[in-house]
Parts: sequence; C-alpha cells; structure tokens
Amino acid sequence: MKLSVDIRKRFKNFTLDVSFTAGSGRTGILGASGCGKSMTLRCISGIEKPDDGIIEIEGNTVYSSERKINLAPQKRGAGYLFQSYALFPTMTVFDNIAAVCGRTRGAERARKIGRLIERFKLEGLADRYPAQLSGGQQQRVALARMIASEPHVILLDEPLSALDAFLRRQVEDELSTSLSTFPGPILFVSHDRDEVFRFCDRIIVLDGGRIAREGTRDEVFNDPRTIAAARLTGCKNIAVAIKAGETSVAIPDWGLILDTAKRVPDTITHAGIRAHHIRPLGEGDTCNCFAFSVESRNETPFSFTEYVTALTAAGVAGGSRTRRESLCRESGERSTAQSPVKLCIPPEKILFLE
Amino acid sequence: MDWAPLFISLKTSLVGTAIALVLGVPAARLVARLRGRSRAILDGLFALPMVLPPTVLGFFLLMIFGRNSPVGQFLLTLGIRIIFSWTATVIAATVIAFPLIYRTVRASFEQLDGSVLAAARTLGLSETAIFLRLMVPMAWPGIAGGTILGFARALGEFGATLMIAGNIPGRTQTIPVAIYFAAEGGDMQSALTWVLVIVMISFSVVMLLNTVGDKRR
Repeated sequence: MKLSVDIRKRFKNFTLDVSFTAGSGRTGILGASGCGKSMTLRCISGIEKPDDGIIEIEGNTVYSSERKINLAPQKRGAGYLFQSYALFPTMTVFDNIAAVCGRTRGAERARKIGRLIERFKLEGLADRYPAQLSGGQQQRVALARMIASEPHVILLDEPLSALDAFLRRQVEDELSTSLSTFPGPILFVSHDRDEVFRFCDRIIVLDGGRIAREGTRDEVFNDPRTIAAARLTGCKNIAVAIKAGETSVAIPDWGLILDTAKRVPDTITHAGIRAHHIRPLGEGDTCNCFAFSVESRNETPFSFTEYVTALTAAGVAGGSRTRRESLCRESGERSTAQSPVKLCIPPEKILFLE
Repeated sequence: MDWAPLFISLKTSLVGTAIALVLGVPAARLVARLRGRSRAILDGLFALPMVLPPTVLGFFLLMIFGRNSPVGQFLLTLGIRIIFSWTATVIAATVIAFPLIYRTVRASFEQLDGSVLAAARTLGLSETAIFLRLMVPMAWPGIAGGTILGFARALGEFGATLMIAGNIPGRTQTIPVAIYFAAEGGDMQSALTWVLVIVMISFSVVMLLNTVGDKRR
C-alpha cells in the first residue's frame, strides 16, 4: 500500500513542487493557508491537474505528464474528505451512501449500507437530510460514504476546521477510531500542529509550495531544521545565528552567545528556542544563564507568557542594544519575580535552522 | 366569444417552454463547464434571442423554415409545412423562451457547491449520474424559476409568431396576436377582454415565481 507523488503546478504567485511517498498509516501535511497543501490533495484525487510530474496510487499510475496519463477522479480510488464534508444536499443520509454503492446490487448492497450505517453510528439518521445533521454527524456520513467507495488512499482536507472548538476534540477521536482499520495510506492536511501531532505518525511540512521538512512526528518536532518547519511546529523564538565555535552560536538580535549541546552545523543561518524551553535558573545551572528584563506578562488561568529582553552588554554577539528583540517564554507556572529575571536556555534545546 | 386564442396560447407556450427546457438545461450544463473563448461565443449565441428584436428572430426563422430554404424544401418533400402552421407558433415560443431558461439555469449551475460535485467524482459517480442526480436536483429552484419566466415570455410572444405563423383564427392566432388585430379592427371590447386574460395569467405566473423563490430560502 503506497502513494507516491512527484508533481509541479505553477500559479501566479507561487509554484507547487512536491515529491514524497506515503506508506500505510497516517501522514500529516502541515502548512499555513495557501502553502499548497490542499492543492496537493486535489491533484492526487484528480480534481486538479498538475503541470507535470507523476502520481502513483498502489503501483497504479494515475497521472503522468510524460506518458500522457490523467485518470478521471472516478478511476483513481482516492477518497477525499472535504473540509465542508460535501454531502449531497438533496439526498438523505441513506441515499448519500447508496449513491456511492453503484456497483453492488440487491441484497448485498442493502447489507453493505446497513453495515456502514452501523459502523459509523448513523442508526436513526438514515432518513435525515445533511442540513438536519450536526457537524460531527455530517462528518460520519461523509466518512461512511467515502469508505463505501472502497478507496485505496484517504485524503483528509482540514477535516476538523469546520467544527467549533468544543466538538473538535470529540470528532477528532471519532475520526481516529473509525480510520484505525483502514489499511492504506491516509494523508491528513491541517494548519493546526496539535491536530497533526496527535493524529499522524509521519509529518510533511509544506511552505510556499515546497517541502520544508519531512520525517517521523518526533523528528520533525524535535529537530525542525528549517525556519518554516520550526515556525509551523510552534517555535516562537527564531533569529539569525552565526556559528561562533564548534558548540556555540552568536545571536545578534537577542544579544546572546549560546553554548549548544550538539555540534553547530556550518550551514546554520538561524537558531530557534521554543518558548516553553526557556526556564528560570535552577540550582547548578551554569550554562546559558542570563539576566533579562521583563517587557510584558500575560496570564491565563493555567498558563503564563512573558516577553523578556537580554540585559547583556551592548555589542555582545555583534548586535546593537537598541534593536534587541525580546524572547517569548511560556510556562505552566506563574512567575512574580521582579524584573530583571534570571533565565536559562538549555543548550540541548537550541534548534539549528537553515 | 371565441376562446380559441386562449387555448392556442396556453398549448403553444406549454409545448414551446417544454422544448426550451429540454434544450436549455443541457445547454446550460455545456456552457457552465466551458472556459475561455468557446464559452463566450456559445453563451452569446444562446442568449442572443433575448436581446434581438422578435421581428429579427421571425426573419431568421422565415429564412430557415421558409419555402426557399434547404430545411424548408426538405420538410416539404416529407409533406411538412412549417410556416403558417401551429408548429410555427411553437417554434417561435421555443426560441423566445430558450434564452431565459438557459441563462437562469446556467447561473444556478455555476452557483452550485463545487466541492459537492468534486466529491461525487472522487466517489466514483459517473458524469451522467452527477448531472441527473446531483446538479439538476440541486439547481431545481433555478430550473423552476427559469421555466416559469420562459413560459411567461412565450405566452406574450408576438412579433416572431406573427411573422412565421401569421394570424389564422383557430390555428395560429394566439392571445397577443388576437389583441393586436382586435384593436386594429376597432373591436376594443374583445381586445380588452384578452388584455385582462393575459394580465391575470401573467400575474399568476409572477406569484408562482415568488413561491419558488421563497422555497429557495
């Protein structure tokens, strides 16, 4: 069970240029809006045609510019779950599913629909129209209908974005459970890193139509490697960095020279530190400990955010003190410490970006 | 009072509208999926009867179905004479109703939720099934509205009808033609009667249109 994609499609403002393979299991495509992630799914499903490249689903070439192949969406076996669920508005839930079971007939057909209605907990809703269903119910119908079409791959296009925050977690769990038995590749497109983190085993980060990082979930979150991937995985502090030594980087905008746990690559252009990794000075901390002035603080019942600027001398790391950027620090624990505060940036948490 | 013009008018408009509907919906489907120049040309062609003077349409129809045209000659060999027959009133009604139906239906097709149709394709529904089972039902308010508009317009058709069907009482004399000749001949009483009949019918049609529009909301 494999999906392999290598396509290009040019637009006025950007070019989609992606190449990846996805095996069985869940691959997340994480990107900001307009990065080309939905367009990628549309090209795979055949709704849109790339300019050139090749798309294979289960070893079957569904698109190839070279061999002049461009199968109709009907023949690709790609189940596409739209953000809006795209149910047939003039048909009941039963008919929505039945319309897709075109090839099976008679008693087998009735059994198949019955099984899907049961599996997706749609009993009692069969005679309703889509407009009479809640968002979660609509998604279950859309999933049942998609499974009825017996797809080889499943493409989920922001499947939770149409729901309000309260429903989202519950529907996400339902989605996860109902797709747990699907044997083929599942692509999950989202701009929400938390969703992608919870739902996916592998992650592809897409930025400006190109793949910025690809790997297992933990690889991508622990070592994003590119600025785009760092930002999309939630890193709030990113600045230009200069290699100062084998295990040391200078960051002019922050006015800091930081020691690092790992060797700094020669290709480094930026460094990042996640807001929740910056912590108050503990006992025995000697490395990367600095005094910061607190610029602002923001509290919610269970979290605490503060913006801090390093109080290192002017000219440290080559930056000017007047243009110094503040760092964002987040914590579960409230701090009432008076400015200046002493904070530690753990060397093993520094991200090398390029 | 001879009620023949009423029945001729109703029969002509019903048949003409039905034909225009059968032609107009697929035409709308065709143009709705086209892009670029072919779309502009076809769209202009289909909408043309709406903007041309009815006498110009009548003239074209005379040229097409007249005794001296290839089509007319061919039909004559089959023993069919179009000009000055009831069929001619239907042709005029069809041509006049067509653009109204076509345009209204095309607009409704273009307003359909594209993701629903795209989803149908990924789910394996054939293009025919998508058209008949999704597009037509989803665009139903527009199709109904366009049909009512087309019917109203066909009912009032005068110029083209007169040119290709003439004024044969009991055969091609529709209400608008009857009004014209009654007024022309000084029979204001008959003219007024027919005017009131057509006002009543047209008013009912507008009311019907509003109820269709209400259901859409």
